[in-house]
Amino acid sequence: MAEKEFTAASFYRFLDQKKLMGSKCKKCGALHLPPRPLCGQCWGNEMEWFQFSGKGKLASFSVVRVGTTMFEQKGFSRDNPYCWGLIQLNEGPRISALLLHADLFRPESITIGQPLEVVFPEKPAGEGKRNPVTFRFS
Amino acid sequence: MVQRKKRLARGVAVVGAGMSHFGAFKEKDSRDLFVEAFQSALETVEKGIDPQEIEAVYVGNLSSDCFEGQAHVAPLMAEWVGLNPKPAIRTEDACASSGVALREGIIAVASGLYDIVLVSGVESMNKLTTTGATDTLAAASDAIYEVSVGATFPSLYAQIATAHMAKYGTTEEQLMRVAIKNHDNGALNPKAHFNSSIRDIMQSRIARAKERGQPVPSWMDEMEFLKDPSANPIVAWPMKLFDCSPITDGAAIAILVSEDIARNFTDEPIHIIGTGQASDSQALQGRDDITSLKASRLAAEQAYEMAGVTPGDIQLAEVHDCFTIAEVVAIEDLGFFKPGEGPKAAEEGRTARGGDKPVNTSGGLKAKGHPVGATGVGQLVEIWEQMSGHAGARQVPGVNLTLAHNVGASGSTVVVHIFERR
Repeated sequence: MAEKEFTAASFYRFLDQKKLMGSKCKKCGALHLPPRPLCGQCWGNEMEWFQFSGKGKLASFSVVRVGTTMFEQKGFSRDNPYCWGLIQLNEGPRISALLLHADLFRPESITIGQPLEVVFPEKPAGEGKRNPVTFRFS
Repeated sequence: MVQRKKRLARGVAVVGAGMSHFGAFKEKDSRDLFVEAFQSALETVEKGIDPQEIEAVYVGNLSSDCFEGQAHVAPLMAEWVGLNPKPAIRTEDACASSGVALREGIIAVASGLYDIVLVSGVESMNKLTTTGATDTLAAASDAIYEVSVGATFPSLYAQIATAHMAKYGTTEEQLMRVAIKNHDNGALNPKAHFNSSIRDIMQSRIARAKERGQPVPSWMDEMEFLKDPSANPIVAWPMKLFDCSPITDGAAIAILVSEDIARNFTDEPIHIIGTGQASDSQALQGRDDITSLKASRLAAEQAYEMAGVTPGDIQLAEVHDCFTIAEVVAIEDLGFFKPGEGPKAAEEGRTARGGDKPVNTSGGLKAKGHPVGATGVGQLVEIWEQMSGHAGARQVPGVNLTLAHNVGASGSTVVVHIFERR
């Protein structure tokens, strides 16, 4: 896997292979998720792949009733809302994800700090498409 | 690294500022709104100005490309106000586009290249459906990593809200106080998108129900109205309809000149004594703490340092309340209140027109409206009116030192300006 470029395309290909992958700066050790080819902290340009456990805690969230066209086309609506949020991963970085198993009609019951884990796509997204990063309340 | 105190190479002043009506205008395009703002701005120049003296045109605009199918708006706007062949420059930093146009205009005059420039912003958003506008605005977040998981602007600020609630115990009711206050101010602003208080809106719904013979809602006050999901539905929890600024069409224009010629145009120019700008990671996930916007703190620090003033000195501020939570976070980041104390300040009326720190006397983005690219200069129009004593029923007496705070997207661009009347 070392030959893969540190791009979004590689990140989503890994996700389809059931791996949550970021990059680690060989110079300063900073972890980057999503992966990036240039370290924003030390400008080092030598990276290695780093696999995240996919476990973390809820840092923030929202239950969305008015979504984008893309989410309307997935069937979401005012009566069929969805939840997305930020997860503080055990390894440090944060990631945005669609959140499954949230109590969508009692959002006040969702609490910051709740544990979450990654849910990998059931099947690859297909040519030119990307599966969204998805976590679930564990 | 050598830190040098930043200053402008020469002083810059505002000698006039005006805006179109803000609202939803299906029959008007950007160019029409721009002409209206131009005429309004020129009228405010006390001793008059010959438009031919204007040397350059700066236009903030987020996305006429998507909203109207029109790219390259700067020369087009210049054309419609008779300013071709003057150089016309578009700035795009999401909802901070015209705050950045203002700053670029200041830098250009301070450099000595120009003596007189027009800074402006324009956006016509209502030709798209709500979903279309949601898509266009969402593109100002991280298109790859945020939009893909369902991000919309209300839900991005909802992230900030849920984090702020968890850290400080901020409540939905406290945020509703911000909406009530800004609508109270908007009710006194004849050019506001919502020229009505929430109580007015509530009473008109009651009257309409009576008129139609429908069940009459039993709301006793604004707070009950805002807590009723049939009146104030969830958009992206905890952001409800009245936590969100509207989708607005509008334009705003200001005239900047070098300080040494300001008195040719007015006896009371407004001096720009501080400017600051900062950037941050586009996606919220790239930030350690989202209960505060780091770019706001940094931009404010630069502006305060240049101006030589402290947050306590500021007598009135226009801050970027695209959502109620955004105003609360802004008044903390600008140093008006300590971290976590913004909600209490809103609840106690400290940011109301008669409070010790009046914020968004124009009605803010919430009630005055938020034509995204026009918002930064729109804030300057309120600053101008308040400082020149032309704010009518909204007038706060004796305003000599003010601040404007304009945010792009979820805080990846922030611009802060400080103004003084001498």
